[in-house]
Amino acid sequence: MKFDTPATRNPIDQMRVVGKPIDRIDGPRKTTGTAPYAYERHDAAPNQAYGHVLGAGIAKGRIVSMDTAAAKAAPGVVAIVTTLDMPPLAKGQTNVALLFGGAEVHHYHQAIAVAVAETFEQARDAAAMIRVSYAPEPGRFDLAAAAKDAPLSSGDSEEGSGAPAEDRVGDFEAAFAAAPVRLDATYTTPDESHAAMEPHASIAAWEGEKVTIWTSNQMIAWGKRDLAKTLGIPAANVRLDSPFVGGGFGGKLFLRADAVMAALAARAAGRPVKVALTRPQVANNTTHRPATIQRIRVGAGRDGRITAIAHESTSGNLKDGKPETAVQQTKLLYAGANRLTSLRLAELDLPEGNAMRAPGEAPGLMALEIAMDEMAEKLGLDPVEFRVLNDTQVDPEHPERPFSQRQLVQCLRQGAERFGWNRRNARPGERREGNWLVGMGMAAGFRNNMLTKSAARVRLDREGVVTVETDMTDIGTGSYTIIAQTAAETMGLPIEKVVVRLGDSDFPASAGSGGQWGANNSTAGVFAACMKLREAVAQKLGFNSADAVFAEGEVRAGNRRAPLGQAAGEGGLVAEDLIEYGDLAKRYQQSTFAGHFVEVGVDAFTGETRVRRMLAVCAAGRILNPKSARSQVIGAMTMGVGAALTEELSVDKRLGFFVNHDLASYEVPVHADIPHQEVVFLDEADPISSPMKAKGVGELGLCGVGAAVANAIHNATGIRVRDYPITLDKLLDRLPPVA
Amino acid sequence: MRPFTYERARSPAEAAAAAQRPGARFIAGGTNLLDLMKLQIETPAHLIDVNGLGLDRIEAAPEGGLRIGALVRNTDLAADERVRRDYGVLSRALLAGATGQLRNKATTAGNLLQRTRCPYFYDTNTACNKRQPGSGCSAIGGSTRGLAVIGASEACIATHPSDMAVAMRALDAVVETVRPDGTERAIPVAAFHRLPGDTPHIETALEAGEFITAVTLPPPAGGRQFYRKVRDRASYAFALVSVAAVVQRDGTGRVALGGVAHKPWRVEAAEGELPRGAGPAMAAILEGARPTHENAFKVKLAERALAAVLAEAKG
Amino acid sequence: MQEGKEFQLSRRGLAIVTAAAAAATGGPPAAQAQTGAAASPPASAPAMEKVSLVVNGQRHALELDARTTLLDTLREHLHLTGSKKGCDHGQCGACTVMVDGRRIYSCLTLAVMHEGDEVTTIEGLGKPGDLHPMQAAFVKHDGYQCGYCTPGQICASVAMLAEIKAGVPSHVSADLTAAPQLTADEIRERMSGNICRCGAYSNIVEAITEVAGRQA
Repeated sequence: MKFDTPATRNPIDQMRVVGKPIDRIDGPRKTTGTAPYAYERHDAAPNQAYGHVLGAGIAKGRIVSMDTAAAKAAPGVVAIVTTLDMPPLAKGQTNVALLFGGAEVHHYHQAIAVAVAETFEQARDAAAMIRVSYAPEPGRFDLAAAAKDAPLSSGDSEEGSGAPAEDRVGDFEAAFAAAPVRLDATYTTPDESHAAMEPHASIAAWEGEKVTIWTSNQMIAWGKRDLAKTLGIPAANVRLDSPFVGGGFGGKLFLRADAVMAALAARAAGRPVKVALTRPQVANNTTHRPATIQRIRVGAGRDGRITAIAHESTSGNLKDGKPETAVQQTKLLYAGANRLTSLRLAELDLPEGNAMRAPGEAPGLMALEIAMDEMAEKLGLDPVEFRVLNDTQVDPEHPERPFSQRQLVQCLRQGAERFGWNRRNARPGERREGNWLVGMGMAAGFRNNMLTKSAARVRLDREGVVTVETDMTDIGTGSYTIIAQTAAETMGLPIEKVVVRLGDSDFPASAGSGGQWGANNSTAGVFAACMKLREAVAQKLGFNSADAVFAEGEVRAGNRRAPLGQAAGEGGLVAEDLIEYGDLAKRYQQSTFAGHFVEVGVDAFTGETRVRRMLAVCAAGRILNPKSARSQVIGAMTMGVGAALTEELSVDKRLGFFVNHDLASYEVPVHADIPHQEVVFLDEADPISSPMKAKGVGELGLCGVGAAVANAIHNATGIRVRDYPITLDKLLDRLPPVA
Repeated sequence: MRPFTYERARSPAEAAAAAQRPGARFIAGGTNLLDLMKLQIETPAHLIDVNGLGLDRIEAAPEGGLRIGALVRNTDLAADERVRRDYGVLSRALLAGATGQLRNKATTAGNLLQRTRCPYFYDTNTACNKRQPGSGCSAIGGSTRGLAVIGASEACIATHPSDMAVAMRALDAVVETVRPDGTERAIPVAAFHRLPGDTPHIETALEAGEFITAVTLPPPAGGRQFYRKVRDRASYAFALVSVAAVVQRDGTGRVALGGVAHKPWRVEAAEGELPRGAGPAMAAILEGARPTHENAFKVKLAERALAAVLAEAKG
Repeated sequence: MQEGKEFQLSRRGLAIVTAAAAAATGGPPAAQAQTGAAASPPASAPAMEKVSLVVNGQRHALELDARTTLLDTLREHLHLTGSKKGCDHGQCGACTVMVDGRRIYSCLTLAVMHEGDEVTTIEGLGKPGDLHPMQAAFVKHDGYQCGYCTPGQICASVAMLAEIKAGVPSHVSADLTAAPQLTADEIRERMSGNICRCGAYSNIVEAITEVAGRQA
């Protein structure tokens, strides 16, 4: 199905199943521990051995030698595979650092060997027996130091954010110089770790030339392509299966070492091998969200209208890596005739930086939305009103492009109303409750809506059950459920009559889970396949498909009705299709919007910040399932609290690695950090987006939260912190004196 | 994890005797030891499981205090009515530490013996004098935000991670032990933990094979008792700074600090300053502090945390 | 505090001259690493130990490498994979099970230390189609997303409610000597040993609150 004109009325608009807060269909399995994750597929292949990965002990340099004698002789050891045993493997299309790089070490904990043994305990012990001799080389690990000479570089993360190296509209410098009210400030965001609860894990089994990988991966088609490329085998010989993913957040978008190690180990062992990265390996072996240094300049008239806005971001990455596109939202969020955005990239020898939930916008808004708060303060304007004043309904760089839908102002206004924003004291540091300094902050949320083709296969059986097959993944996003809702709606079935099978590369290739594009695109693909199936059903039963009504498990036209299953016959009826897009995304800017509101308490003695209330009002197209969509948003808000207050991969700038590489020292929020969270979805259906009229929401929920927290801390204390995370040490010197 | 042999001890004496085997270690809750064994930071050749020894009762001590068996779990110690009533600082410290799951396993003796959370100690690719004597200290000049501000040495700037031990230090608890030769002794908690000096791998006064049987609390200290733990996230985190305090009606009292040194930090001589307020008191307690650029905030934080405690004591 | 100090990195008997100092100062790296002369660790056979566990009411007699954690015993030997390995170091809570009614991290205990113990895992609470009330409440309130921490959250919450009932205080209990209250703050503090990176906390607290209300 080609989607090249705005959607008109279609079966989804019935909203009998779609749009309802249906409990997740995979819930009973997840809550009983019977949903199988990658490392748990005991049934998938017999006689599995255990692989344990050894990571490089230096950040940069060369492996001089590896002595595996002791490891090979250790009890239970089946095989030892080292990176010196073979030429460096080819690099996957989405990988920056080699996953098994030969003698060259490109980053700390890069995989250099895998030990295979009969048991987990034996494999872990054997891996530690491999003696490695290194010739270390000096590396560059300090972004601030490298930023000074960092060249301009365009960015396009695989997750969809993109920005040219430099973009100019009008004459920023002149307009900024002429502006009566100006802000020029620099903000920093740290390296962050996805820290999904399930560490990267894979089981590999070879049958002749073909390998099957039971794995934990967000993007099955990319993984299949890149594993084939890495191993130098035809893609047809690779199968990936990933029906349940224990969290991804971008950390499992790409082929990672677990899959490669499992495949190599299984080949060497001559039997299936399972591999999981250890928690302490995850931070340095896999990817992370790169740190940024962002300079923002805003010039405005005394009326509060922005006349000049510049956002320049510098980040670091390995050679051939890309910059964090932190300026992305600044190109689109606010009006202003004179504009400048730029990206600079410093070459560093830290682990690979890559997409993490809302790459670009998440760190970009952490900076921009503090800047907006600061400007509002300079102008003496309410932060909500300042943003409303500078709203734009068109792409400010290309005014001929309208937004397909843009309800930012409504998000902000409704949020302010619901949150009791009028009770905020505009003068910071003046509301005190006991030992708590209390403040409110807000920020705009923004994340683009991306369109990408997505295919599905649907099969009708004689019982009237429709089975959907697509390689789409459910990483906690609710894909199983919204896909079932889509098929049920389109085929006129109760949701119980739909079976959804996901994550298998033998299924038609979907959009996958990334860039908050999964929900809209994958369901649109399922919708396309179902429409084809309707056609086939109508034809089979002798209905004119234009007249046929699919409802309550039946096909009806005029006085005639037939149960759906009747069309299936003995062999069933199968249809496959994909959604693909025309140029609507070029003609219209498609984005999602939010207003984030936060209230914090800051301990007047110690500077500890605790979030007391949170609200997000979101405009993100049709909400396919308000229950699971709300969960996406509260989860993202939670991640935003972590980014604001605690999360920072601490860089050892001498040794070149992330020091706090476990969950005790890289502090993500716990229960006690998160209050009750409110989410409101504005009524919206976007016919420009897809036949589903939906957009994504899973990343929008994160975008802006960090700044809302930062702004609330400022409101509570009068202290402006521009360096995340806002830990108490950054407040302590400026808190009120204590007796 | 290296292979080891395993035995279940049936009496403290048997345990202490078994501990003479080379590479032997006691295991009780295991929440710290197993963590470290998985990383080969600890590599015992023989594990003596002491969980079957009883030692899990809290009894009235003859002098009016409490005698806490070495294997009393942190949950049970925190929940004991006598502890809640008379030793609030101890109950509070325990509850501020770790999580429900860990407190259900962790024991009184094991908590005292917790090893540092210095990230370099935890990464076997880096030099660490505590993990491998003589190899150097990677933490110095590295990532030091959580590390010691006082009592550190050129060899080690690690902190002690326990909350419970800080409260016990404020309460003048005494550690009771039995040695492999069967002799018993009592070690004041003040003398139990050591500063790193040139031998940061030696963390306590325990001799090889010496086995903790109990911790005795003196008669209740009275006053109002506080444990103020300051950390980045609200729970399940180690202290940046913690303050255990017993404050009397007249403003006198005792203060011990966590998160600042290689051991629970208490300077009795400085406690005379308490009635003058947090500023003078903390200046005296942390006199001679030599923080790093990254952890200098702890000095001010300690003062302000104490100020919070003193304000609450007055209120 | 000195920077750029020469020191050696070591990895279990293997000394490596590193260029850490050189890297920091831009000086030349060490020309060549040297391999340590330390003897190989002994390749001793693992000590096998017999242990008998009662898991979800069923007795299992096992012979295990003594190093096997309770978690790996459940997952790899009994194929009860509902208990999850998120960190293997007691830092996440995904492995939470109940042993003799008390919640613990099964990754930080050896199976051999549990001779005769009664272990309850998520599989012992309920099954699809026959959910434990807490499991049903998690489904109703969408108290999960990816599902990986979920069994741990559920086991922890069931045991946690019993702890409140038994009068165990918490860090946020205002009065240590009073019986603990069943408030959202109490639930949040007591559940903080179970990390959910998807961030379902707000919903999890609602699920637990509903079940607790019904029990009360």
